[in-house]
Amino acid sequence: MKTLSFAWRYLWARPLSAALNVLLLSLGLASITFLLLVGHQLSTAFDRDLAGIDVVVGAKGSPMQLILSGVLHLDVPPGNVPLAAVRALEKNPLVARLIPISLGDNFQGYRIVGTSHDYIRHYQATLAQGALWTAPMQVVLGATTARKLGAALGNTFVGTHGLGTGGHAHGDSTYTVVGILAPSGSVLDRLILTDTASVWKVHEDYTAVDAEDRKIMEEEREITMALVQYKTPMAALTFPRYVNTSTEMQAAAPALEISRLLNMLGLGTDVLRAFAGVLLLTAGLSVFIALWSAVRERRADLALLRMLGAPPAKVAALLLCEALWLGLLAAVLGLALGQGFAAALGWFLQLDNSLLIGGLVWPPELAVVPALALGVSLGAALLPALGAYRVSVLELLQSR
Amino acid sequence: MIQTRGLTYCYPGGPALVFPDVDVPQGAVLLLSGPSGCGKSTWLALVAGLVAPASGALTVADQPLAALKKIAADAWRARAIGFLPQKLHLSAALTVQQNLALAQWAAGQPEDAVRIQAALQSLGVQELAGRKPGQLSGGQAQRVALARAVLLQPQVILADEPTASLDDEAAADAVGLLLSTAKTHHATLVIATHDARIATLIPAGIDGQIGFQPLRLLRKQL
Repeated sequence: MKTLSFAWRYLWARPLSAALNVLLLSLGLASITFLLLVGHQLSTAFDRDLAGIDVVVGAKGSPMQLILSGVLHLDVPPGNVPLAAVRALEKNPLVARLIPISLGDNFQGYRIVGTSHDYIRHYQATLAQGALWTAPMQVVLGATTARKLGAALGNTFVGTHGLGTGGHAHGDSTYTVVGILAPSGSVLDRLILTDTASVWKVHEDYTAVDAEDRKIMEEEREITMALVQYKTPMAALTFPRYVNTSTEMQAAAPALEISRLLNMLGLGTDVLRAFAGVLLLTAGLSVFIALWSAVRERRADLALLRMLGAPPAKVAALLLCEALWLGLLAAVLGLALGQGFAAALGWFLQLDNSLLIGGLVWPPELAVVPALALGVSLGAALLPALGAYRVSVLELLQSR
Repeated sequence: MIQTRGLTYCYPGGPALVFPDVDVPQGAVLLLSGPSGCGKSTWLALVAGLVAPASGALTVADQPLAALKKIAADAWRARAIGFLPQKLHLSAALTVQQNLALAQWAAGQPEDAVRIQAALQSLGVQELAGRKPGQLSGGQAQRVALARAVLLQPQVILADEPTASLDDEAAADAVGLLLSTAKTHHATLVIATHDARIATLIPAGIDGQIGFQPLRLLRKQL
């Protein structure tokens, strides 16, 4: 303990050098913390939101866009598909369950999703207040949506056309909040859920010019996409090909598309990781230079310790403990900064109601941060510590 | 006591030094003089057990040094030898109290604040315990360094050039302080110096208890 205590005092005898070294190490570690946190939370969000969805059927276009818009609610959908075609698919013997998704409107940036109760059951979400909808124009709010909007049961609102703010308001179609979900940690938290019929009603009321027109529209009803669960894993071999070749729709496998997405993101992540590595290497060199200078400056002091009876290993341990302090301080500061960066990103993204990324998450892989901090600082201290170990008392005696 | 017989030391790739035999009884003063490069520092290092002689026998504080292994030599040196370097090497990062605690740490002993206070008090600098070395005068710093040297009650005090760069009055004070401290602790005092004034400052046979033995080292090679 005394060794740590003396090392601390020696370290802060050069406060500027110590502070700069801690800062430099911390920045490298913060970058790594940030990458680990974002990677972990993205991967958890993808795993959670994609679980149990074998394939997504929607309009032809980009399959990744279909997944991003329909499952993760991050993008606009490529278009709509006829309800009749989807109902036909529902009867396919390979399909165990089909959940309809209808997009098109939002309220203050939160997507209004027309669907069935199966969608809520799929994510095993539970109600915190109220009940599920029993009729069109009743909505259930996700936990985050309700919290951010400050909404309560019985509140009413009108949706806005489009998936972003600033669209035309459907002033004559009022939604009523009948339920609020408990936080599930899934995509449902940031959605407004209603019956599929609500979405049809809003748009038919808005566009139908007369009863005849409305009847035609009812016959040509569409949904945006369907989330499909297979009865058997073998269906993956034939079902997508069947949809893609025999219908006007496309089938996109979430696992495949997310894997493509992660590969694309991987390049950016690799660049950031390399940048963090360069920062850490620079910090390691800086620690080395600082400790090496400290040994040179304090050569006589260290020799005196030998004269006072300290074994060489004890003198070297003093230097290593200085590096240990640098590493510990940098690890704490780096983790705090990394969490801060992630929280800032989370705050920024939540403005757009997109991915749920935030700070104050402690995945086990973060253990690599203190390990790196200690590895870099102690590694950088090895040569200076060896110098301290070999310090010659004769030099002290002969220095005049 | 210090006793040497046939002591020689070889620098790697350098000349071998031959030292005269010495017998210094406990409580006596040995004045080690000679020009720069004659081997005074090497002799101090040999006596402190920091380097091993090429040949010869050396007994310090009743301990034959040849019998000591390296780690044991460190522990022995911490107990038996007090050292006052020319440049005092008080750590600027630490207070006076902490500088003495550092000496206890180096010796592998737990911090003993009472003992530190007693050592500072014996040199009349107890009120400086909380100050940093940068806040001390030259004389105060030397007293603190001497308190550090006698902190662990050594049997031998090695003082390396204690009067270098001091004026006559300060040099007399420094030597007087060394002599009285050694006497208080009943320690053998070795003063290595090339300062000719010191010989005049140490009276032979001070109050009949401390013998004064001058030893002039001249470089002799094998």
